[in-house]
Amino acid sequence: MIALLKRYWQVLRRPSTHYSLGFLTVGGFIGGVLFWGGFNTALELTNTEQFCIGCHEMRDNVYQELQPTIHFTNRSGVRAKCSDCHVPHEWTSKIARKMQASKEVWGKVFGTIDTPEKFEAMRLPLAMNEWRRLKANNSLECRNCHDFPYMDFTRQSPRARDAHSTALARGERTCIDCHVGIAHRLPDLRGLDEMIAVHGVDAVPAVLLGGAAEVAQ
Amino acid sequence: MRCALAVIFVLVSTAALGGSHFPPGHVDRMRGMTPITDEATPPPFVDPDDSSVRRARNYAMQPPVIPHKIDGYQLDTHVNRCMFCHARTRVEDSKAPMISVTHFMNRDGNFLAELSPRQYFCLQCHVPQVPLAPLVESQFVDVDVLLRRAGSPSATLRE
Repeated sequence: MIALLKRYWQVLRRPSTHYSLGFLTVGGFIGGVLFWGGFNTALELTNTEQFCIGCHEMRDNVYQELQPTIHFTNRSGVRAKCSDCHVPHEWTSKIARKMQASKEVWGKVFGTIDTPEKFEAMRLPLAMNEWRRLKANNSLECRNCHDFPYMDFTRQSPRARDAHSTALARGERTCIDCHVGIAHRLPDLRGLDEMIAVHGVDAVPAVLLGGAAEVAQ
Repeated sequence: MRCALAVIFVLVSTAALGGSHFPPGHVDRMRGMTPITDEATPPPFVDPDDSSVRRARNYAMQPPVIPHKIDGYQLDTHVNRCMFCHARTRVEDSKAPMISVTHFMNRDGNFLAELSPRQYFCLQCHVPQVPLAPLVESQFVDVDVLLRRAGSPSATLRE
């Protein structure tokens, strides 16, 4: 093994005998551009709505639920597609999320949620994944569009103003603490206690804990 | 005899048909002038009241109306979104009015520990309000007005 590595190292160290320096640098540059461009294009392709709803699991369940909500159908024609909320926009986090998503390929191959019943049974752990991520990153994917400093409280309803100008402004609450189940249906919450035991109470949106649970903390 | 039967037949059939015949100028308020064979264009949506200002009830037992939007609120076997704010344990945080104590009662009048299943579907009684002119003028008279007319000293509403 060491000998093999040594041989390759020798090859790499030796100056090229057949190719010119110009070919190697320019060719390497073009090759790099092609690879990088191709990689990112393919990555962006996996961020499209068409890619997401290419599987019936997404098309028949979550995509159907999304369509009547404000993030899909609204007066101004601005639409949040799947990746806007479910994939971080920043590159490093995006790659991390894409690596995580390889588990979803596993789920697709083995049909983890390939019927409505299976999906319904998995809804709480799946929702929990998203809640945990948004709780941990201070609802970053919401804030990519809904930036707190840009909010005009005078244009908000009294209820919204009361919540946003207090707990959210103080940083005690984050978007997902109240805005749960806004793009998809909420799961059956009877298994929530087991989820709290596994992921901790901080991973659960505050509004799902109820007043009593918060007092008990 | 035959003539009499014919007259009765004509009278009965005109009476039956006459009921569905609108007087001239009458318009179905829901459909407008659209003939029954055509599809009416629905009126545009109107934003419901979102002021969060509590409204007076028109009579003591009236379920209070909802003074805010409830667009997309989930209310099904898994989740009751209304209870996220109006539950007994949530009102301190949410500042929303707590559901009435009657909502904890079963049909025998016994108090349960939580929202009674028969009161679970909030929208059966409580509804958002939309600022629209009523199709038919309301003849409703508040009972307080009636009390005042009858000389009750505690009635405060004036006509």
